[in-house]
Amino acid sequence: MSKEIKMIDGNEAVAHVAHKTNEVVAIYPITPSSPMGEHADAWTAEGRKNIWGTVPDVIEMQAEGGAAGAIHGALQTGSLTTTFTASQGLLLMMPNMYKIAGELTATVFHVAARSIAAQALSIFGDHSDVMAVRSTGFAFLGSASIQEAHDFSLIAQSATLESRVPFVHFFEGFRVSHEINKIEMLSDQVIREMMDDESIHQHRARGLTPEAPVIRGTAQNPDVFFQARETVNPFYNETPDIVQKYMDRFAELTGRQYRLFDYVGDPEAERVIVIIGCGGETAAETAKYLNQHEDEKVGVVQVRLYRPFSIKHLMETLPATTKVIATLDRTKEPGASGEPLYQDLLTAVNEALEEGLAPFEKAPRIIGGRYGLSSKEFTPAMVKGLYDEMNKEKPKNHFTLGIHDDLTHTSIDFDPGFSIASGDTLRAVFFGLGSDGTVSANKNSIKIIGEETGNYAQGYFVYDSKKSGAKTISHLRFGPQPIRAPYLIDQADFVACHQFNFLDQIEMLKYAKPGATFLLNSIYGPEEVWDNIPQEVQQDILDKELEFYIIDAYEVAKETGMGHRINTIMQTCFFAISGVLPAEQAIEEIKKAIKKSYGKRGEAVVKKNFAAVDQAVENLHKVVPPQQATSERRIKPPVTEDAPEFVKDVLGTIIRGEGDSLPVSALPNDGTYPTATTQYEKRNIALEIPVWDPDLCIQCGKCVIVCPHAVIRQKVYDPEYLDDAPETFKSTDARFREFPDMKYTLQVAPEECTGCVVCVEACPVKDKTEVGRKAINMEPQPPLREQEAVNWDYFLSLPDADRTSFETNTVKNSQLLRPLFEFSGACAGCGETPYVKLATQLFGDRMVIANATGCSSIYGGNLPTHPYAVNEDGRGPAWSNSLFEDNAEFGMGMRLTLDKQNQYARELLVDLKEEIGEVLVDELLSADMSNEAGIQEQRLRVEKLKKQLEGKASPQVNDLLSLADKLVKKSVWIIGGDGWAYDIGFGGLDHVLASGRNVNVLVLDTQVYSNTGGQSSKATPLAAVAKFAANGKEQPRKDLGMMAMSYGYIYVAQVAMGSSDQQTLKAFKEAESFDGPSLIIAYSPCIAHGYDMQQSLEHSDLAVKTGLWPLYRFDPRLAEEGKNPLQLDSRAPKIPLKDFAYNETRYRMLVQKNEERAEMLMEKAQEGINERWTLYQQMSQMDYTESEEE
Amino acid sequence: MIDLKTKYLGLELKNPLVASSSPLSEKVEKVRELEEAGVSAIVMYSLFEEQVIRESLELDHFLHRDRESFAEALTYLPEVGKYSMGPDAYVKRVQDLKDAVDIPIIGSLNGVSTGGWIQYAKKIADAGADALELNLYNLPTEVNLTSGELEDAYIQLVTDIKGEIDIPLAVKLSPFFTALPNFLQRLADAGAEGAVLFNRFYQPDFDLENLEITSNLTLSSSEDLRLPLRWIALMVGKIDLDFALTSGVHTAEDLIKAMMAGARVAMSTSALLKHGMGYPTRMLAEVQLWMEEHEYSSIQQMQGSMSQQKAGNQSGFERANYIQVLGSYR
Repeated sequence: MSKEIKMIDGNEAVAHVAHKTNEVVAIYPITPSSPMGEHADAWTAEGRKNIWGTVPDVIEMQAEGGAAGAIHGALQTGSLTTTFTASQGLLLMMPNMYKIAGELTATVFHVAARSIAAQALSIFGDHSDVMAVRSTGFAFLGSASIQEAHDFSLIAQSATLESRVPFVHFFEGFRVSHEINKIEMLSDQVIREMMDDESIHQHRARGLTPEAPVIRGTAQNPDVFFQARETVNPFYNETPDIVQKYMDRFAELTGRQYRLFDYVGDPEAERVIVIIGCGGETAAETAKYLNQHEDEKVGVVQVRLYRPFSIKHLMETLPATTKVIATLDRTKEPGASGEPLYQDLLTAVNEALEEGLAPFEKAPRIIGGRYGLSSKEFTPAMVKGLYDEMNKEKPKNHFTLGIHDDLTHTSIDFDPGFSIASGDTLRAVFFGLGSDGTVSANKNSIKIIGEETGNYAQGYFVYDSKKSGAKTISHLRFGPQPIRAPYLIDQADFVACHQFNFLDQIEMLKYAKPGATFLLNSIYGPEEVWDNIPQEVQQDILDKELEFYIIDAYEVAKETGMGHRINTIMQTCFFAISGVLPAEQAIEEIKKAIKKSYGKRGEAVVKKNFAAVDQAVENLHKVVPPQQATSERRIKPPVTEDAPEFVKDVLGTIIRGEGDSLPVSALPNDGTYPTATTQYEKRNIALEIPVWDPDLCIQCGKCVIVCPHAVIRQKVYDPEYLDDAPETFKSTDARFREFPDMKYTLQVAPEECTGCVVCVEACPVKDKTEVGRKAINMEPQPPLREQEAVNWDYFLSLPDADRTSFETNTVKNSQLLRPLFEFSGACAGCGETPYVKLATQLFGDRMVIANATGCSSIYGGNLPTHPYAVNEDGRGPAWSNSLFEDNAEFGMGMRLTLDKQNQYARELLVDLKEEIGEVLVDELLSADMSNEAGIQEQRLRVEKLKKQLEGKASPQVNDLLSLADKLVKKSVWIIGGDGWAYDIGFGGLDHVLASGRNVNVLVLDTQVYSNTGGQSSKATPLAAVAKFAANGKEQPRKDLGMMAMSYGYIYVAQVAMGSSDQQTLKAFKEAESFDGPSLIIAYSPCIAHGYDMQQSLEHSDLAVKTGLWPLYRFDPRLAEEGKNPLQLDSRAPKIPLKDFAYNETRYRMLVQKNEERAEMLMEKAQEGINERWTLYQQMSQMDYTESEEE
Repeated sequence: MIDLKTKYLGLELKNPLVASSSPLSEKVEKVRELEEAGVSAIVMYSLFEEQVIRESLELDHFLHRDRESFAEALTYLPEVGKYSMGPDAYVKRVQDLKDAVDIPIIGSLNGVSTGGWIQYAKKIADAGADALELNLYNLPTEVNLTSGELEDAYIQLVTDIKGEIDIPLAVKLSPFFTALPNFLQRLADAGAEGAVLFNRFYQPDFDLENLEITSNLTLSSSEDLRLPLRWIALMVGKIDLDFALTSGVHTAEDLIKAMMAGARVAMSTSALLKHGMGYPTRMLAEVQLWMEEHEYSSIQQMQGSMSQQKAGNQSGFERANYIQVLGSYR
């Protein structure tokens, strides 16, 4: 039988086996494991069967804790059950893992191992999570490559069934879960032969059933718990041999032999590295190279089965000649005497020597260290550095590898220039924009090479943490030998820059080796391009004698109807000049791949891609560079000149892509960073920006309120400021009742705008002579950039309107308030950020934010720069993210502190009345802070108080000084998405709302898990398609607002800025003013809905008009006045749901997939909407006057 | 016994009332109801090539957009299984309708590219449609395109399609032709079996409050009958085409007028939308009653009886109404 060869990533490789060998899959999305669950769900939706011929049931739970509970239950009743998770998700499963292991239950948890959030969250790979649960009683089997991840998924499944010990099968997140490599797929027959029917039947027979009732999960007392805990020992003792047995059987079936510990290197090695995971591949390849080329005697032990840890098998693996062992742990245990693997080696060698199991007579020296945290690069150069260190008389112990630790000097030096790269492998690096399709094209290319030719290929992709204008870097290797290089390329044969402006930002040619090929997507032709590239790039081209090619891919894309997608064009150019395949064959293969990838989306898609391929080669030009670098253009500094030192030195280095070079001492030790740093970045990602027409503008502020990035702002100011204004600075008479005789300017930040066009859509004005024109219109950014940058700076220098001098009850006025959330990395046109921005405008100077993990924590808190900003007094939102699940509780804790501190400060005021003065104390204690003026007055009083207390040192005075600011009203905001509020954090949210405490909860409801890629949440509406609801969701969106309203004492509002900005504003102000819990559920258009974000306002409005998203406010204060607390702010549904829904891909794609089902669900959704509206209406019409009288 | 039978595009129809192309035919149940109500054939809703392309490109755009940009979300929508895109869904609907009813099903196609027209026409024919109606509507906005070039392209298209399919072909036209008779003749020469007069279009309107251009289809009224009535009456007997009259067929009288002008069938949608699915029953009963009262024994008997060739008063058709109105005033 021919073997099936596939180019796939680790997640798919694992999910394939897991789906084939299980009956129940319970999951919860978490990066980087989410794609495993998504694959499983998609296969189940397609009806793909497992090897026993039944389609596994895949269920998305509300949290990993929930998934673990469901798994436990499914296992207890005898199903073959699995899950996929990572990081915090695995930790949430931990209590159940103890139970599952304690009950000797066979299962495999597949873990795309990821860092655990400590000083910061990180989505990237290391072993922190698996090492944190190593005490649960699970067995741990670690894979080092895509092939191994595929193979070990099966070996783990076989071994768990026979051993009854549950397994964690793990592999590094991203480096293995997301790397694409060529693997041999396991056939159903092999999988079937690896499954032992008897073990499965026994597993099933142990399931709970009333036919043969037993009780499990008892409570035990001191008399027997201990003994009972020891009953499992034989199972653990046998597990290593069982695993080896299945590894051997696997070898018979596939020819791939694995051992519990695999040794690679010289049989007489004196220096041996012991390592788990894909770093082992790098270490092994380096050891082979050193032995072969540098006459070394070194070796590597790759640990496969980490728990149960078999000392016997390890000793059988280590060479007798071993003198020094270095263990490498991809985790950190602060305060421990060493990381886990180090401890295990110490124990193993010591015990083995005592028991006579050791191959050596004298104990080798053992050193241990850390490497590769959060996907930190681990390269052959580092391995060589470690071997060199091991050669020293006293090698460093408790070392770090791969960083420069100038703080506690743990790091080991290495020569970054060392390389083991072989000459027959072609290495290529591509710089692209997320939206230009570069990564998709590269995935396609490696599939072509790997699956259609005898060659091997590997692809790994580095993504941006910004969601708008995101850069991607693709690292591709091609060659005749299997590619075992789980690290990035630093010396490429081919470098492609798919975006011309990247040349100004990244030193990309440092990746090019001498004589390499450089392909540039250039708007300039072969004659002009040279003078338009930065001097540094010119110099690199000359110094390295690069072959320089250009293509105007955007022009070709435009001509062939590809829009901004240049993927196919650049891919074709790559094949045309890299020589990786004969050109004709390559083109044929590209077309085949296009047909395969896009065929099912329709013939038109295939056609335009074909046209793009054909035209690409014709438009490719070779550039012969002159002899000198003469350009006046230079690579731009990453941040502006005026940036603070930390921003320049640290954040700037990260922005430049050089963060790896930062030493330990450069970074804050407790994860604290300055806010207001996005302003220095000047990303210049918009092709077009809005331009204001003062003559047409009615100064309504609508464009300002909807701007997701706070790049369009308005100010009123004294006319005298125009004296020094830049020449092109626009101004007109202010049309504000409160500001007579003042001037008005609407200004755009040209370098921060993302070009989303939402502002233009919001503009209600139409030019009477040309209705297509509005008071703001999009125009190309480059010619405006310099002029408008100067204007923007001048605009910022104008004073903000005095917050105490005007009411902010209208949108127009509210938008004079300075946003303290600006230029975030959120998607262009993001529907969430306008709400966050509005909150900061209204309350930002006294706001503390607890932010659930998700989109808002990423654009809010991902390095390098942060969007929360400060006003001219230096005040602004203080922000933190705890976890995904605990955000309401986290915010509640903040409230508790502020309340407690306020109370204590008030008590101190009373105690210190004599020293402070009665009048001031009374004023401080009785201050009315219900409006801006009152708050400002209290601030002045606090300042006065501080002055008064100066020099009066006493413990009480010192305490009061440290707490005085807490006498000014603070606003606690608990912000998160629907995944948090409806699902994982709901229990906590419910409790916090029920507590009655004064917190403001803002739910940015996108109706899916947006940050992890559109998985269904309980906010997902009926009939919409989402991941885990691929056939359309069958249940209506949970009515979170109704649930909260049922308490009666919670302020609840449902808002949609795109439908009513005024109602939104009102709700925010009411919620904050309510002295109790408040909940705002905000309709947040998201790219996951599948339409152009430019139209998000219209979509929001339709969502309201169809009744899918009724607007309302429920204010308990009204009930106290004998009025109905529920006010409906939108009208009865008058547009059919489908008129809204079928404008969005999330709904429409179901019609294209299964029209009948779509129709059925749509009907059900419409009924639900009508019924819900009736209910709201009845509630809003209830008479509250009687109950008042009673 | 009054004979309502007629023959259109070689199809034997039990009466001349045909449901014209409309969204009603998107639903199998609706088509069943129409059959029960007595319509003799169904022209399906149009397969718009432009829409097929747009839907396909849109799906591709939104499945692709923002993909592979951000490490935590390489995609935002699930992509599973097969999509029933464009012609596939239409073809399936043809088959479903054929299975569901006994009356003939006429496919309707509105293409934009030669490749699309031919490919889709074949698919519709292969799916079992009894005939095909080509909806030749192209709003020419290109100032350098002459009427001759446009007509040549249409004729070429009909020729090409006829070369590919075996089922009868009717062409649905707009009234906006400079020399309609000549064009109809060319259609017949190119192999078309029928002509459907005339297409009605979405015409833009202005929303003065919002200064927006709106577009919606207003239902026809009996007034709209006059234009196709005239042209069919003028052409019947001169050109070898089966004429279908569409637009403005609301009452039994309208249908009878269509027949007398020479149409083989009268097509209606607006009346059905206005009066409900049971309306054909009433209309046909009224036709029958009228025929009884006026002693007509068959539809064939009246077909073309008031055409230009047979009506005698030829100037009534050829002159602009203005002159006749003045004349009668005098």
